[in-house]
Amino acid sequence: MPSLKDLKIRITSVKSTRKITKAMQMVAAAKLRRAQESAEAARPYAERMEGVLGNLASGVSGAANAPRLLGGTGGDKVHLLVVATAERGLCGGFNSSIVRLARAHANRLLAEGKTVKILTVGKKGREQLRRDMNNYLIGHVDLSEVKKLAYLDAARIAQDVLHRYNTGEFDVCTIFYNRFQSVISQIPTARQLIPAIFEASEGASGAQYEYEPDEGAILAELLPRGVATQIFTALLENGASEQGARMSAMDNATRNAGDMIDRLTIQFNRSRQAAITSELIEIISGAEAL
Amino acid sequence: MADTLTFDLVSPERKLASVEATAVQIPGMAGDFTAMPNHAPFLTTLRPGVVRVTAGSEVTEYVVTGGFAEISPTAASILAEQAVPRAEANAAMVSDLLAAAERDLADAPDEAKMALGQRLRDVVALRSQIGA
Repeated sequence: MPSLKDLKIRITSVKSTRKITKAMQMVAAAKLRRAQESAEAARPYAERMEGVLGNLASGVSGAANAPRLLGGTGGDKVHLLVVATAERGLCGGFNSSIVRLARAHANRLLAEGKTVKILTVGKKGREQLRRDMNNYLIGHVDLSEVKKLAYLDAARIAQDVLHRYNTGEFDVCTIFYNRFQSVISQIPTARQLIPAIFEASEGASGAQYEYEPDEGAILAELLPRGVATQIFTALLENGASEQGARMSAMDNATRNAGDMIDRLTIQFNRSRQAAITSELIEIISGAEAL
Repeated sequence: MADTLTFDLVSPERKLASVEATAVQIPGMAGDFTAMPNHAPFLTTLRPGVVRVTAGSEVTEYVVTGGFAEISPTAASILAEQAVPRAEANAAMVSDLLAAAERDLADAPDEAKMALGQRLRDVVALRSQIGA
């Protein structure tokens, strides 16, 4: 049975924990709104990009001279997994769920006898993967200095990935991130970046475009940009998901702390009462004995 | 016949404009051109330059650093790499671009030198154009 003093200390400590989680929840809520706004703002660009690329790509795919980014290297021996996680923890299962998906994917590829290389974005994913996938990690992108994710950050990652692709380091590239569904649900998602897959645009606009310079040159310029855009979209979704996950995790923690305080307070009051009662009994029985 | 076209200017980070315009002057890779309603479907990459949007008697200008434009008879969309309203374009931004273009040119393999040299000249032209 803990003493009254112990209980009191316990209650104070849980109370201050609750203050912290509450504050974190509110910060996450504010950041979530901002993250959602920027994800929203980036959407028109990504959609257009996809539409145009889809149109262009349907024209050349299958052709023998299709760009390598579209047609692939012809093999699928070496896979690059880009694992995008958060820089910070305390956001529920956010990081673990991405890592779990990536790990399952990697293990499947390894079982098929493929080679796996992993590029991590965000510290947390690296920490988790280092335990059992250390041999496959080939690089890390640190975004902890980045306050607000800009397109240039994504472009830099894309450049790195494309450089590796052009030097023949891998055949297929997949990015792992959490798609933002709602505050309480984020969906771990794998998306293939290279060779690029574009959904055929609905009914192919019909209009025959004129191109300047020519179709091939435009495609060659746009494809790398398409990859960067997809990475950017993934990172933005990830950012919103992270804040959403943190918000609900902290909400849970706050509620938990409240319950705990209630329970401890009851226990505290009970033992205080018990102490008073036993003191009274002592006094009364002492008086009776006289 | 419609006398306006829908003009959209989006960068990866935000949507800068979405207006009905009567004419849009766009710095295409092979030269400036003006898109007006009922322009033939057209797709081009952009060079660094100024986009001039005319809506009636109102003219708005934006500085873009590259990207591409998609023109259809009823709409003109620019997907810019980076875009800012003309008033926000400043010397720092242009000199960053200039430095990046020079660096790229210096690092580039020979076969890419032509294109990057052109880009450098475009940036220089842009600088004089916005008077920075």
